[in-house]
Amino acid sequence: MYFGGSFSWGDFLFLLSGAVTTLSITLVAVIIGTVLGVLFGLIRAGAPWWIGNTLGAVLDVFRSVPLLIQLVLFNSFNSMLKLNWPTFTVGCICLGIYASAFCTEIVRSGVGAVPQTTRRAARSLGLTWRQELTSITLPIATRIVFPSWIGLTLGVMKDTALVLWIGIVELLRSSQIVTSRVQEPLLILGITGLIYFVMSFPIARLGNQLEKKWGTQ
Amino acid sequence: MDYEFQWRPVLRSLPEMLWGALQTIEIAGLAMMLGTVLAIFLALAKRSGKKYLSLPADMWIETARNTPALFQIYMLYFGLGSLGLQVGSYTALLLGITFNNAGYLAETFRGGFAAVPETQTRAARSLGLGAVQTQWHIVIPQMLRAVFHAMTNQMVWSVLMSSLGVIVGLTTDLTGVTQELNVVTYRTFEYFFVAACLYYLISKAFTLSARVVAWRLFRY
Repeated sequence: MYFGGSFSWGDFLFLLSGAVTTLSITLVAVIIGTVLGVLFGLIRAGAPWWIGNTLGAVLDVFRSVPLLIQLVLFNSFNSMLKLNWPTFTVGCICLGIYASAFCTEIVRSGVGAVPQTTRRAARSLGLTWRQELTSITLPIATRIVFPSWIGLTLGVMKDTALVLWIGIVELLRSSQIVTSRVQEPLLILGITGLIYFVMSFPIARLGNQLEKKWGTQ
Repeated sequence: MDYEFQWRPVLRSLPEMLWGALQTIEIAGLAMMLGTVLAIFLALAKRSGKKYLSLPADMWIETARNTPALFQIYMLYFGLGSLGLQVGSYTALLLGITFNNAGYLAETFRGGFAAVPETQTRAARSLGLGAVQTQWHIVIPQMLRAVFHAMTNQMVWSVLMSSLGVIVGLTTDLTGVTQELNVVTYRTFEYFFVAACLYYLISKAFTLSARVVAWRLFRY
């Protein structure tokens, strides 16, 4: 096996630019997912059961169908409705909705973990519904579910690899492009894996540590 | 919207897609079984406290958990190929998902092993069971019971991950068949919509049957 050779600095920079695309899709998708997830999660936790359960069943579809299929369907929507959104937008929105389905359950479990007595005490002290939510429930719930939320973020980052199927050049796709020129698949995939690892592992560790630290308090 | 839905060709090729669905279930199931066996060994290796066992297990688990599943499949499909080991897309997909399942399940099992009281092991040993017998008859069954719900989730993940085969050129599983039909007919939305429905049904079937199995197995 002959490593090295024609793999150049420029190729490495190309891989890094792919990693930047991966990170930006992750960022946008996680923001969309979190905003929708908090909204849906609060509805799931607080609304009458039939609204909550209907919403839950709809969101469950996104968790039971492969992301790849969702991307293809969403992409075909894009051309059917003649929206002409760039594939980047399509990928971000699709991943965002996918993430929101998971985030909803995280938020719901977090709100559910805040003791009812705490919430009642806050209300009986004269806080309004909104005040109670923003200064009692959400702060406590955030602490409880933050590690899961980090897990979700990392999951979304790994799932961004699938957007190569609708034609976005992210990290994995750019590794293929480099491979087709340099013809060293193992070396280039190894570097790609290392980049993924470097992006994911420290955050995963941080999540674990926070979980331990906050869990003992 | 001036798009005309055409469902008839989809209905005509439904049997093909159902065969694809069967293949999907086969891949997902096989990968889950192999993954479970490997994960038990990985979790035991991590618990053993011996560096030469826990280090490789750690590397396996962290790679599986910190890189995309698609990357792992690529590694097997293109990476092994460059070492002169040509593997087909079916094998690459199956091994890739197995690798991924094993990594995730090993972490789950580690928690499961911790949930089995140490006294169980000592009681079994003092009754005359060997180390392997103790693991096989006493510890592993209790561990599996503790992690059953997490395993159900992983099974659904296994099904969802099996759709990645199409990216390395698999044409026989549900997504592969759908893509083949799509390339011929260009009815992308209709075909993939039906595929999505089938995937949903498969996922739900696994979740429900797991619930039935759990109810049968775990009542006292």
